[in-house]
Amino acid sequence: GIVTDASDGQPLPGVNIIVQNAPSVGTSSRADGAYSLSVPSETDTLIFSFVGYIKQEVPIDGRSTIDIALSSDIQALDDVVVIGYGTQDVDDNTGSVTAVNADDFNEGAITSPEELFQGKTAGVNVTSNDGAPGSGATIRIRGGSSLSASNDPLFVVDGVPLDGSGVSGMRSPLNTINPNDIASITVLKDASATAIYGSRASNGVIIIETKKGTVGQELKVNYTGKFSVQTNRNQVDVLSADQFRNVIREQFGEDGSQYLGEASTNWQNKIYKQSLSQDHNLSFTGAVNQLPYRLSLGYSGNNGILKTSQLDRLTGSLALTPTFLDDRLKIDLNLKGMQVNNQFANQAAIGSAVVFDPTKPVKVEGENRFDGYYTWVDADGSPISIAPSNPVALLNQTNDESTVYRSIGNVKFDYTTSFLPELSATLNLGYDYSDVGDGLYTVPETAAFEYSGANEANGVRRDYSQKKENELLDFYLNYNDDLSSIDSKVDLTAGYSWEHHYSRGSEYATNFDRSSTLVVDQDTDYETEHYIISFFGRMNYTFKDKYLLTATLRQDGTSRFSEDNRWGLFPSAALAWKMHKEPFLKGIDDISQLKLRLGYGVTGQQRIGQGDYPYLGRYTYGEPTASYQFGDTFLETLRPEGYNANLKWEETTTYNLGLDYGFLNDRIYGSVETYYRETTDLLNVVPVPAGTNFTNRILSNVGTLEVKGVEFNITGRPISTDNTFWEVGFNLSHNTNEITKLTTADDPDYIGVETGGIAGGTGNTIQIHSVGHPRSSFYVHEQVYDQDGNPIEGLYVDRNDDGVVDEDDKYRYQNPDADVTLGLSSRLEYKNWDASFSARASLGNYIYNNVASSNSFYSDMLYTQYIRNTPTSIFDTDFNTEQFHSDHYVENASFLRMDNITLGYTFSDVLTAVSSLRLSATVQNAFVITNYSGLDPEVFGGIDNNLYPRPRTFMLGVNLNF
Amino acid sequence: CVDNLNTSPLDNDIVTSEAVYETPEDYRQVLAKLYAGFAATGQQGPSGNADIQGIDEGFSSYIRQFWVAQEIPTDEAVVAWTDPGLPEFNYQSWGASNDFVMGMYSRIFYEITLANEFIRNANGNENSMVQSYNAEARFLRALSYWHALDFYGGGIPFVTEKDGVGAYNPQPASADSVFSYIENELLAIEDQLPATGQNEYGRAGQAAAWTLLAKLYLNAEVYTGEQRYSDALSYADKVIESGAYALEDNYQHLFLADNHTADGIIFPITFDGEHTKTYGGTNFIVHAAVGGDMSATEFGIDAGWAGHRTTPQLVDKFDQENDSRALFFTEGQELEIQDIEDFKQGYAITKWKNITSDGQPGSFPEFVDTDFPMFRLADVYLIYAEAVARGAEGGNTAKAVDLVNQIRERAFGDASQNITPGELTPEFILDERARELYWEGHRRTDLIRYGHFTSADYVWAWKGNTQEGAATSDHYALFPIPSSDVNSNTNLTQNLGY
Repeated sequence: GIVTDASDGQPLPGVNIIVQNAPSVGTSSRADGAYSLSVPSETDTLIFSFVGYIKQEVPIDGRSTIDIALSSDIQALDDVVVIGYGTQDVDDNTGSVTAVNADDFNEGAITSPEELFQGKTAGVNVTSNDGAPGSGATIRIRGGSSLSASNDPLFVVDGVPLDGSGVSGMRSPLNTINPNDIASITVLKDASATAIYGSRASNGVIIIETKKGTVGQELKVNYTGKFSVQTNRNQVDVLSADQFRNVIREQFGEDGSQYLGEASTNWQNKIYKQSLSQDHNLSFTGAVNQLPYRLSLGYSGNNGILKTSQLDRLTGSLALTPTFLDDRLKIDLNLKGMQVNNQFANQAAIGSAVVFDPTKPVKVEGENRFDGYYTWVDADGSPISIAPSNPVALLNQTNDESTVYRSIGNVKFDYTTSFLPELSATLNLGYDYSDVGDGLYTVPETAAFEYSGANEANGVRRDYSQKKENELLDFYLNYNDDLSSIDSKVDLTAGYSWEHHYSRGSEYATNFDRSSTLVVDQDTDYETEHYIISFFGRMNYTFKDKYLLTATLRQDGTSRFSEDNRWGLFPSAALAWKMHKEPFLKGIDDISQLKLRLGYGVTGQQRIGQGDYPYLGRYTYGEPTASYQFGDTFLETLRPEGYNANLKWEETTTYNLGLDYGFLNDRIYGSVETYYRETTDLLNVVPVPAGTNFTNRILSNVGTLEVKGVEFNITGRPISTDNTFWEVGFNLSHNTNEITKLTTADDPDYIGVETGGIAGGTGNTIQIHSVGHPRSSFYVHEQVYDQDGNPIEGLYVDRNDDGVVDEDDKYRYQNPDADVTLGLSSRLEYKNWDASFSARASLGNYIYNNVASSNSFYSDMLYTQYIRNTPTSIFDTDFNTEQFHSDHYVENASFLRMDNITLGYTFSDVLTAVSSLRLSATVQNAFVITNYSGLDPEVFGGIDNNLYPRPRTFMLGVNLNF
Repeated sequence: CVDNLNTSPLDNDIVTSEAVYETPEDYRQVLAKLYAGFAATGQQGPSGNADIQGIDEGFSSYIRQFWVAQEIPTDEAVVAWTDPGLPEFNYQSWGASNDFVMGMYSRIFYEITLANEFIRNANGNENSMVQSYNAEARFLRALSYWHALDFYGGGIPFVTEKDGVGAYNPQPASADSVFSYIENELLAIEDQLPATGQNEYGRAGQAAAWTLLAKLYLNAEVYTGEQRYSDALSYADKVIESGAYALEDNYQHLFLADNHTADGIIFPITFDGEHTKTYGGTNFIVHAAVGGDMSATEFGIDAGWAGHRTTPQLVDKFDQENDSRALFFTEGQELEIQDIEDFKQGYAITKWKNITSDGQPGSFPEFVDTDFPMFRLADVYLIYAEAVARGAEGGNTAKAVDLVNQIRERAFGDASQNITPGELTPEFILDERARELYWEGHRRTDLIRYGHFTSADYVWAWKGNTQEGAATSDHYALFPIPSSDVNSNTNLTQNLGY
């Protein structure tokens, strides 16, 4: 028979097979999964066992061929989890750590790693930024802990912390990592787990480990191919050409109808397309003597649904994990390289397609200018720059492309001394380089939307480049000993870490045609660096294999703060109690695991988004376009910059209480956690006392933010039999935050920091950070409705009862963060079939519908010499003028989204050369259930303003093993 | 190795404070920033790397804010836009958290802080060039302090080069002490500044300081309760008698793309479509005035922003037929303003253009070349005349009448509209100032000096938020100190009424 892996149909070599009543009779499966065995009796039972898989007992029943698929034992795979600077038995873990392994990753046309675990982990919200190909996602672990500093978690890939800031010319810095190369993603949530990463750990740490070969493995070749069709799921409801004609005539008579055209154009249909994408990966895994290797090559071609957007990615990775000196020296070498070709669509077309006059054609016959595209022009025939631009022209006349190279690599030496085998030393050298040398954005001189005048140099050409070089050196010692005389185990780690982050880049912007009057709009270059140097230590102490203590300490130094504030000390401690090992629970067979965890820790934040020298007095040269005339010459100016010499770390203190449970031999397992987190010295941009600094607002350590939450997750296997396996996972998280301090002096009149800029007008904001409220609460007027439930234009509640409705009557109404998020996933296997789905729900998240608020009012439909379309929401409000701050536009955007549904079938004996073949079909973003009136209820930050629609994707997948 | 943590900027565009002032050329470039503080809004142009935060960068322009504060609350202009905080300027109904109140204040104190830093460093330098620059820096600081006093009163924080940079709360001054400080600074530097007309174009000379002194003295009673008309007269006379300036023959040439060649501009803030790009300044003044049936091309710009018009009350002050200063656009425009957001209500104004005196467009249609005449000779003539009309000592009525008539002869092309000594009254001068200086950033100060800004004795369309106009509370004669500063600097006290 043949033994295969139930999840992907790949043959499983090395599986132990014995006869139940004759344990001395046995064999193991070969590289192709095949085995043969002479049995003493045809009525006996075979036992199949393999590390990481569920043991199966199969009666022979007189058969001569028994093929079997082994299901992975997830709990067992989790035996070891990756933590900062080391690994740990999951059993001995004291912090809040969740690992998602390759088997559990979401399926589908996935180009970015964060999509792999979307919805899989309690307390981790992954919101894809939009539907552009290769677009990134915003990840919030337990809601984040900062206001103005970064709330992104730290990513560590094979021990190399990634540069958190973006890469120019890339939609997401993470999509340079091929998801197919990833073996596991581990999320460290609480401070006792993250504090070893000190000053960058306040928002959690995500550790990505890539796949590697193993010793003794024969060459295994794997090919996966994915072919997908992406379709637009939804459009903004706007007036049709006929509706538009009627409204214009009714509202404005001849004043408006004089501008109406004869065509009927659905502009959204003109800018979106169905697109085909493909993804191919080839990997070679094996070992040459003591040298295990894995080599993979990947190609991904992803066309977005907005015309002219495209992403092509080539990736290659090599992992070598040789051992020397009788396994005392282990070397772990990982090299990853990618080339990404991006073609960005001009996303201004999305907003323009909503408001562009539907009675106009895309192109006008006989129009010689503007490449024939219909364009609003004034009496002089010049394009009206403030009128909407032709959406199709925006797409077709914009060329925005870049090629980005990135390489991440590390080599880790792990040496155990022969005289003291408990002691090992590790040296890890890593780098993360990226280079975009040829970012180019061009708009030809014929484009109306970059027109500056009949005799002028029109169009735009912008060249940009960026180079980033990040380097890492870690050195640490580990001492691991069983002190059996006192029934204890100790695991001590101490080390040093050095990181250098360097980047430089330039941007040169001019008119399109460089030969005509040369206009240099911008010519900037920059170069900057910072260092982080750290000392860290950890102690794990286990007593009687029941009582666990972990303590860590990290001292971080950053070059971003002045010498006086440079160093920060970040301690943590955690206790765990394996209750199931106590005598009073040992008798209860149904309880396989019960572990109580208690953790405390302090972490910091130094990604403050203010450059690398915010504490330093410095002067900056101005650009030629901001110079000043002295006589006949124009002088480039020299400006002193505002600075805060007292700037220091944000500090977040976290308390975590958790219970891990497992019942019925871990057929049901999971955990419950609750946490409280307080960030002090919160970095906030506050007004500077006038006259004291070279700016009016400065980043200072002034505020305090509290975050509380509860998390629950459960995984169960309702069915686990010979040919049927069903696993269901569910998680729930509740999270709230409240700002408790924002200014140095407590001032009850201080309304807070207005934030959340919106489209419409200039300088309008819709959100506020206020003391006593969640961050980014919507700051709006309370709308008054008539008896039919229609909003009365301009009528708001006088909330302070002073007789006038003004700024002081605004109130804080809801916020964009969900109260509760839920994740549900299921995987069912029956014989060679498998079916799975993954869904997410979000409750109590609110969105400000800026698409409606900035476009849906009659006075926005007619301007001098042009007209604009509007969303159909205008019929709900009937507003004549803009009502940006009405709470009518703040909508409950709770939703349920079916992220993916997959059906697969595995063929085990197709061809002799092919050991297994799995075909699968997936629907991604299958459906969304919501009451939100806009396009998509999932908008990070809560302001919906012409999102690139997330497509619905139909995918066919092939997985071949040779 | 922990020494790596001692980094210094790698970027060639960044210099540390310790290393910046090495040569007179370094001082010159910082001085250029002090001037550019009035024109540009950041280091990139037209936007990017802004000086002021918390407000749209284009809005944050010194001249734009200054123009809005001086013109929109008066009879000279209304604005159609509804950007947060702006409509309140049409009605005189701003509060302490108003974005534009904060924007002007932040811009003024940004300029003062910048100047203090320059002066702190220049004071120790004996180079004569640097000392000359230093006098200009002190002039610019005095100019900003005058704006602060005029807009926000005497309760403003008071900082000089003696105060450092960093975390502290400056003490408020009093109106008397700010007034004396400005006066003494200008008196101290008047002889250090280059002689009248001798400095490079764009830079302040002696006459700029004299004009500022004249304007400070003219309004002294508003600031300190004490009349100083005689001093106003004597400093106006210094400018006139220097003989360095003449009235420009063609009134409109003062507001065109090549107005750097026009006569009679004593102190301009310079703008340039290629080198000093901004969404504020004169670029804003020219663009915002164009809308309705007006042709953008005729103004040398890409497109109008359809914002500003004037009230019927300003129109009434003109003999539209004969006064060449009556630069109204009336086609398709209604005189009366019922809907303030409709550009076509209220006459538009064609005074400012990005067209040269010989009819050519400026260098770029998106960004104008037109300079802003902060001080010009006709203003000084009218200060002299007003001081005489108000009974200043040392004045000469005949000279005053002659100065006024020079202005009127230019306006009417002949002597037919000349005034007699009997017609030289303060109220006449106020109206003449409106006719000559409208839309140049003088009106609010003038109306306050005459007691007309908030009171019932002169109202105009939408004053006090009614179309016919109504009195407003007297406290609107001063803007509030922005709540952002009252909240962060606990030494400050909010202006009365806010």
